[in-house]
Amino acid sequence: MTQKFTLNVNGKTHTVDADPDMPLLYALRNDIGLKNPRFGCGLAQCGACTVHVDGQAIRSCITPVSSVGNAKVVTLEGLGTPEKPHPIQTAYVEEQVPQCGYCINGWIMTAAAFLATKKKPTDAEIKGALEGVKCRCGTHVSIMKAVKRASEMMG
Amino acid sequence: MTKHDNPTNLSRRAVLMGAGALVISVGAPVGFEMLAGMDQAFAQGAKPPLTPEQLSSYIAVNADGSVSAFFGKMDMGHGLFVAIGQIVAEELDVPFTAVKVYMGDTATSVNQGGASGSTGIQLGGKQMRMASAEARRVLVEMAAAKLGTPSDQLIVVNGVVSAAFNRDKKTTYAELIGGQYFNVQLDWNKQMGNALYAPGKAKPKPFKDHKVVGKPIKREDVAPKVFAQEDFVVDIMVPGMVHGRVIRPAVAGSVPVKVDASSIKDIPGAQVVHQNGFLGVVAPKEWDAIQAMQKLKVEWSKVEPPFPNQSALYDHIRKAPVRKAAVEGKTAGNVDEAFKTAAKVIEAEYEWPFQSHAAMGPACAVVAINGDKVDCWSGTQKSHFVQIGLAAQLGVPLANVHTRWINGPGSYGRNDADDCAADCAVLAKAVGKPVRLQYMRDQGTGWDPKGPASIHTARAALDAQGNVIAYEFKSKAFSRVDVDTNGSKLFDTLAGQTLGVDLKSGDGFGVPAESYEFANKRTSWETIPPLLDRASPLRTSHLRDPVGPQIHFASESFMDEVAAATDMDPIDFRLKYVKDPRDVALIKAAAEKFGWDKRPSPKKGQTGSKVTGRGLAYSQRNGTRVAIIAEVEIDRSTGKIFAKRFTVAHDCGQIINPDGLEKAIEGNIVQGISRTLWEEVKFDNKNVTSVDWETYPILDITETPEKIDFVLINHPELDPTGAGEPSIRPVAAAIANAIFDATGVRIRRVPFSPDRVKQALS
Repeated sequence: MTQKFTLNVNGKTHTVDADPDMPLLYALRNDIGLKNPRFGCGLAQCGACTVHVDGQAIRSCITPVSSVGNAKVVTLEGLGTPEKPHPIQTAYVEEQVPQCGYCINGWIMTAAAFLATKKKPTDAEIKGALEGVKCRCGTHVSIMKAVKRASEMMG
Repeated sequence: MTKHDNPTNLSRRAVLMGAGALVISVGAPVGFEMLAGMDQAFAQGAKPPLTPEQLSSYIAVNADGSVSAFFGKMDMGHGLFVAIGQIVAEELDVPFTAVKVYMGDTATSVNQGGASGSTGIQLGGKQMRMASAEARRVLVEMAAAKLGTPSDQLIVVNGVVSAAFNRDKKTTYAELIGGQYFNVQLDWNKQMGNALYAPGKAKPKPFKDHKVVGKPIKREDVAPKVFAQEDFVVDIMVPGMVHGRVIRPAVAGSVPVKVDASSIKDIPGAQVVHQNGFLGVVAPKEWDAIQAMQKLKVEWSKVEPPFPNQSALYDHIRKAPVRKAAVEGKTAGNVDEAFKTAAKVIEAEYEWPFQSHAAMGPACAVVAINGDKVDCWSGTQKSHFVQIGLAAQLGVPLANVHTRWINGPGSYGRNDADDCAADCAVLAKAVGKPVRLQYMRDQGTGWDPKGPASIHTARAALDAQGNVIAYEFKSKAFSRVDVDTNGSKLFDTLAGQTLGVDLKSGDGFGVPAESYEFANKRTSWETIPPLLDRASPLRTSHLRDPVGPQIHFASESFMDEVAAATDMDPIDFRLKYVKDPRDVALIKAAAEKFGWDKRPSPKKGQTGSKVTGRGLAYSQRNGTRVAIIAEVEIDRSTGKIFAKRFTVAHDCGQIINPDGLEKAIEGNIVQGISRTLWEEVKFDNKNVTSVDWETYPILDITETPEKIDFVLINHPELDPTGAGEPSIRPVAAAIANAIFDATGVRIRRVPFSPDRVKQALS
């Protein structure tokens, strides 16, 4: 049976009629129309579906829509805009990181949540924070450069 | 269409300018003669047919003077469209920013082969260069007529054509043809796909005049991607669309015999599609479709487990009947006789596993069927072939199928995208509604076409002084085209195979590509039948640099083995036998950049748990050549390898965009490390068991190399060759050779997972 859920996404309120067990990912993509979180595995193994829930980077593919409650959900679209980009988005463009680009949510949203809590991280700390996020095209070297660049921009 | 026998004269009689307006350039009133010649003009308002011999199939000048380039290939993440835009801008003499490249849409481009064999620039770019040069020639002729100035006295700067000695006497591309179409016939070679070539009368610019080609230019698509402004194929939604899922058997080869549709009757709008061996579901909501897929009760046919135990894979290959054999490459002397005279023979055998594309997301497609008209959106890297496949599958004329390539979740060859488009068409046809189908993760990794597993035997005959007098290399493997490299034929897609079409498995492999000159040399391959002759999760096809990584892992490891056996420095050994001057320069450049310490391997006197080593491997690929030096660190206690530093020397002839080239190489190196250290498709006798990122691990960010250095050797005087794949080719051998240098232990089976390395070291 479906239920109504009120979600706060990128500062706006949305009402979604869904199975309580339905992962947040499908609510964001199909009900709210925010397509940037992507289905990669449905198993929390890759990060392509990552969004922020109250500032924490979570995998929306395994997060039941019923568990979100009043928490503030932020997607890549809500992280920054071309006019007011998040530093990691600027760094991604400057370092020309992506190849296919499908994995972007995982890296940017995970890195953004990490950089919010850690100033000037070391390489090892960056790697530790991003462990497990997947990129299949092999842009790892550029990802590391971009996260470092963003951390420098954030002071 | 009319062929232009004398376009110069025609252009002086009739010139088109403005947005759709026909005017006469020389001030004469429009007369009967002019109107009769209209259809032979260079430009026309109606679009000529989309055929390979029409210039309009590649290039259009828009009303504002901007240029549209229609490209029958597409970008798989290397920013190919930037390079194509540079080539078009260069030949047309327009600003790079004035060019927009449209890729892989069957309604706007001809079949140039799709993303295939690193030919985006090598073949696709060549055609776009010739078409652009011809467009410029025609525009200058038109300007000559309009301005009354001979064409050889005209110059073009940023799309403005002016008299060289009176720059005020000028016109623009926009004025000449903007908003209309070229009506110019090219000299098409009657080939489709990669081989398509249709030059005009124009010669391309001499390389010395290049201003845009060769410049580092960034990709404009990165910003829209990071700001979530660009649709991927998974984001395509069409009105009335339902979501589909397919259901695969637990035991490969079994088929659904009984399906209980009532088991999903509580799921709103869920429908079952069951045709022969094909089984899928649709529902209006995606989560419901997934639920239906999971809850549907199905009775499957009982079949014998189709696969050998994984531990017996390489024995299976050794013993399997040979289906096709071929001697390829440069053969020299008499190998068999030479081995009889050898003072010493060195032999080794190498093994490479099945590997998965394991694209970042499982494939997705949207198909809408309206009467006999079909629309398809797909992440395929060969949309024109999907168009052919869907037309055949649905029994509609080819021209009625419109396939659009949309950015997909990565593609490195024949992945699951073409299967997905065909499966989606089965669902859409059955339910009479547009369907969006995305596979699940286990279907993407578990059921995509696999890179073929293989064994490779190499032997070298040495004389008494340690010179190599004979060399033989042989591969025995599953075919690289058990299913073909695209979805144009029903027997090559899972949809066709599950629906029961007659099967046809192709044969192909390859041989090492290098320039070693030995007096006696023979390289060959043999293919074996697939393990399962119908819809199989271990069917094999192209995976980035098809069969290149496996062959050159073996051949370049072996060269290192021979160098070590003759107590030679690995680079000195290669320079003794490699004869192509570009290869020699390349290897030397890599050694210099890396800071190679000249000595035989293995390195002596290393103690402690962590040891380091360096290894070189080199190879060619369709004109491109790559030398890679890897520095690795090995923890003997854990067997964990850190591929720490790479130097890549890369020569692909003329470099179009050095920035794009570096990024393409970087991705190849990292994916190459991943495939070398981690990747192996696991299976039991029933099915593939590598079905996600836990069971098919790839390189993690924590294992990122500290540094990749590039030596990009530019030969602007040569035609450009490919860069999309060649640099993954020598990665495995470079790492293997570095491991040998560090430890004295030779690992001849990929992947070099920690347990395997630890076992080898103990």
